[in-house]
Amino acid sequence: MYNPYSLEGKTILVTGASSGIGRATAIECSKLGAKVIVTARNAERLKETLDALEGEGHQMICFDLNESDKLDEFVAQLSVIQGLVSNAGTNKMSPVTFIKEEDLKEVYQVNTFSPILLLRMLLKKKKLEKESSVVFTSSLSGIGTVGTGNGVYASSKGALSMFVKVAALELANKKIRVNAVCPGMIQTQMIQEGAVSEQLAEGLADYPLGRYGEPKDVAFAIIYLLSGASCWVTGTNMVIDGGLTIR
Amino acid sequence: MELNEFIENFADQFDETDPSEIKADTVFKELDEWSSLVALSVIAMVDEEYEVTIKGDEIRNSETVEDLFNAIKAKA
Repeated sequence: MYNPYSLEGKTILVTGASSGIGRATAIECSKLGAKVIVTARNAERLKETLDALEGEGHQMICFDLNESDKLDEFVAQLSVIQGLVSNAGTNKMSPVTFIKEEDLKEVYQVNTFSPILLLRMLLKKKKLEKESSVVFTSSLSGIGTVGTGNGVYASSKGALSMFVKVAALELANKKIRVNAVCPGMIQTQMIQEGAVSEQLAEGLADYPLGRYGEPKDVAFAIIYLLSGASCWVTGTNMVIDGGLTIR
Repeated sequence: MELNEFIENFADQFDETDPSEIKADTVFKELDEWSSLVALSVIAMVDEEYEVTIKGDEIRNSETVEDLFNAIKAKA
């Protein structure tokens, strides 16, 4: 059957695969024929993702990407891959007046430092095949559509979104493509736990398509960027927002 | 943790509202200046001053400043 979005023959590493966008992406990748390596900190929830994957040959590795001194060990055990979904992320809502140094460090570590250092290590250890695709999960807030209390998160994602452009430029000679997806509000545990309920209720009216996003909505965009269908797309921050930023 | 001190800290999160307007029985969500930013500031203040983590739920379920005080006290 004709399917330019097929992921047959690709091995794809998905970080933050134990919930939300990461889990949905891992599952959809498996349905499109990829072999998936799922990784996250929480073994129990990661196993649930592994069990939900279709087909054979998938792998789960429980690992905390923030342990940067063990990163080379983690990468060394991987097979060569054709796709990376660098999705692990965290959030901390805090008005500017209350931003704490420790929160900045923690959020930047997870959202910015670890994704950059993982890509670096994959390249160094030659684990990313030529013509691979790298997709980062950024955020609308990373490209300038922000909300109150979002300073720590938005600035960490902003750094990631700009890093995407430099990496895309440098890796173009290997035909490795580097992109990011920038979702609006997605119904995930991270958001449910982090946001103030007033904000959620106020915000919904701003979405022309009338609802918040589902993890799958983002997963399909990531799949487009992983697949051969997007072979002429690199360095972009793709907006997936139910129309929020039209206005 | 003491109520009057909490009311003071709570009132501190507002810029325009006169602190004298905020009392134990004030229905705080009816204040003109109440917003999601003030809500976030209250959550952050509670974390900083009382080392208690509250979420949107505690705020949503509280009517008056004293209700919120009691919810926080229960978690302290």
